[in-house]
Amino acid sequence: MQLSEVIPPRLRPHWHYPHVLSRRHFGAAQATQLIGLTVVAVVMIPISLLVLRAAGAGQEGIDYLLRPRTLLIVGNSLSLMLAATGLATAIAVPFAWLTARCDLPGRRIWLALGLAAMVIPSYLVAVTYSEAFGPRGIVQGLLEPFGVQRLPGIKGFVGATLTLGVVSFPYIALPLRSAILQCDRSLEEAGYSLGLGRWRVFRQITLPQLRPALSAGMLLAALYILSDFGAVAVMQYNAFTRAIFLQTESFRMDKASLLALVLIVMALALLVMQSRAAGRGRHFRIGSGASRRLEVVRLGKWRYLAVAFCGAVVLAGVVVPILVLFSWLVGRQMTNPVHIPLSQLAGNTISVSAVAATVVTVAALPLALLAMRRANRANRWLVNIAYAGNVLPGIVVALALVSFASQNLLSLYQTLPLLILGYAVRYLPLSIGATESAFAQINPRFEEAGRSMGLGRLAVLARITVPLARGGILAGMALVFLNVMKELPTTLILRPIGFRTFATRIWSAYDEAFLSTIALPGLALILASAFVLLIVLRQEDILD
Amino acid sequence: MLKVRNIIICLVVALVCIGAAPILADSHDPLTIYSGRNESLLGPILAQFTEDTGIEVEILYGGTSAVANQILTEGANSPADVFIAQDGGALGALAAANMLHKLPDATIGRVANAAFVSPDGVWVGLSGRARVFVYSPESLEEYGLDLPDSILDLTGEQWSGLVGWAPTNASFVANVTAMRVLMGEDETAQWLADMIANGVNAYPKNTPIVQATIDGEVVGGLVNHYYLFRFLAEDPDITATLHFFPGGDLGSLINVAGAAILNTTDQPYEALALVDYLLSDTAQEYFAQSTYEYPLVDSVAPSVSLPALADIETPEIDLSDLTDLQGTLEMIENSGALD
Repeated sequence: MQLSEVIPPRLRPHWHYPHVLSRRHFGAAQATQLIGLTVVAVVMIPISLLVLRAAGAGQEGIDYLLRPRTLLIVGNSLSLMLAATGLATAIAVPFAWLTARCDLPGRRIWLALGLAAMVIPSYLVAVTYSEAFGPRGIVQGLLEPFGVQRLPGIKGFVGATLTLGVVSFPYIALPLRSAILQCDRSLEEAGYSLGLGRWRVFRQITLPQLRPALSAGMLLAALYILSDFGAVAVMQYNAFTRAIFLQTESFRMDKASLLALVLIVMALALLVMQSRAAGRGRHFRIGSGASRRLEVVRLGKWRYLAVAFCGAVVLAGVVVPILVLFSWLVGRQMTNPVHIPLSQLAGNTISVSAVAATVVTVAALPLALLAMRRANRANRWLVNIAYAGNVLPGIVVALALVSFASQNLLSLYQTLPLLILGYAVRYLPLSIGATESAFAQINPRFEEAGRSMGLGRLAVLARITVPLARGGILAGMALVFLNVMKELPTTLILRPIGFRTFATRIWSAYDEAFLSTIALPGLALILASAFVLLIVLRQEDILD
Repeated sequence: MLKVRNIIICLVVALVCIGAAPILADSHDPLTIYSGRNESLLGPILAQFTEDTGIEVEILYGGTSAVANQILTEGANSPADVFIAQDGGALGALAAANMLHKLPDATIGRVANAAFVSPDGVWVGLSGRARVFVYSPESLEEYGLDLPDSILDLTGEQWSGLVGWAPTNASFVANVTAMRVLMGEDETAQWLADMIANGVNAYPKNTPIVQATIDGEVVGGLVNHYYLFRFLAEDPDITATLHFFPGGDLGSLINVAGAAILNTTDQPYEALALVDYLLSDTAQEYFAQSTYEYPLVDSVAPSVSLPALADIETPEIDLSDLTDLQGTLEMIENSGALD
């Protein structure tokens, strides 16, 4: 897992580099800046038009936004966000603690399986949950011998909360786990030596060290929940993304734009809160002496409970969805008269994801360079703007692009390049983050040495910087690939006519209740994602 | 680690090359169809059309109101050549916007019943579908319920939480539009509100409603007649059955799936070839046998044990009058049916 996905780089401590290189060679700097500016401009055009369009609605638009129904949607989104983030935290805190600090049997396996919840797209989890826990679903079937004739079903708030809590918990567990691993043992020892009990040491010493990571993770999960489309659509819970999608479905772009604007404002508010949370409190070492890892907590007889907990997390996040998909594969179902070969879906999905990942990675390169090596104020702003895609839900990006292209750029309307652009806007931040942190790990002295040996700027970039950062850049690329592969709303709205991917096939099969048609693409998507995630995890040394 | 990286690099390069190929390849111009009908209903016969005529097609599938609105928004820029809709109202809306091409008499003449073609000759019905109440007799007995005489009875307390509907589905929207025309705005809005207050279960489409009825999730639901037969074909033991609201009730509207040619088309001959094909005996047989709809051409008979189209007591209404989809969609949204 890439740290950069979990904590946007601008919230991480900065490594400061002497500007030895940047002051000279003004031309190269400007060229990079120009490229960066172009990338940012392309990213921002559709969004700006969307904002303008929404603003152009004037009084009518304000009335639309202030009517009770819109406020109800705001309320729905907020309560879902709070509940699902709460659930995710309740799962993530013990999970991170157990896998980081305790002598949990099979710790690494639990960690990998738990994180695998990230690779199963929310819509797939939601579909399997809503069927398994439906009034006459698999769970009811299991309970029938005990006289349970029907279950209440989980569509709506409960189902959406359950799905999103389970899917988003890794966003909290990952940063929290690394914070736990970085805790300084000597602080705790000082606490003990001053006579504090175990609980007070935890509350007064350990917890404050973890708080920044915890709140940053929670806000990130909240952002994910707010912008998720698949789960709320399947669970038919009228949160913002679903309301926007229903408007685009009936092609009422003005209203969709207005709703999207509110969603953007909410997401921005979260981002501001997040950067405040991350900025609060300092817990780094000042004195001399090596930082030591925390002692391993012995679970003793609690071990069984801990394993049961981890088992439940893995069951909910991974096992249930996969088992339900398998049951559809073998179960008696309505045959879908439209047969799309799996190879066609796989080909489309993988190739479009590969192209998108490449485009995004290349586009991110100049921006990451600007951010790391020329971090003056103007450049930081440029990069911050590029991060906008991070707070823009996929459906908003797609909406902006489709209304832009259908009016201003007809030759791109319903084409693959537009789809790729949609992915690029959405996932550029991910790639900048990964590339930036890869660059950050390179000592600038290497580059200086290259320069002093007579290499030109480009040669230094090609022969020193990029090769050294290659692992991190590739991991970032794999992450983008992973996310594009399972992206639903962007693909649904921007795809060319007749272009099908795993995600769209799953969606339309769900739409027409062909459950057996969901199974194969669903399992294939999970398998492919798991493979890519494994590469990322190995690269990041999380499992080693 | 280095090895793994190299493999990844090779993989990525290969994938990008494969991926870029179709993007760069310039495809020729196929006939573009915007379909408001499900792919599972229309896909097979369109594939057959390409096989029989050699005319390539590309098809955009979506909800009928969404697709109609999309064509209206795209206006003269629309890439669509042919529009296939799930109800007459959406076709009427495009006709009202002067976006449809006049069809030749020979094409229109294939459909004998004038109720199922456009009065101006700009769209033609392809197949008929009745609005019905699908229900499970076991569930009906379990809850001690009687069959409703009218769609308006479903707001009764005894049906609380036991009925399914698909509020964004085009056929439902058309049905509500008919209610607005025949019963009035306020009464229709009140009916929607009462249904919601009565805990009606919302589904994205018709098929999930039938599935939910079979599963006992609801006792019954408002759907088009043919969905049930697709389940029966798969499993004849299913006991769910259809109820036609009697006495020309608002709930037993008969609508058509129809086709029209956009007047911005650059391929009028291919477009007409498609419409004629869909009215041919081959295609009408397909609609009768495979999608269990009512064929509209006299030479083809419906396949399943259905009451004859002429015997269904349907409310008196001109399908072309059901054009105000936008108004109905707004009414449905304001009723809170989507919340």
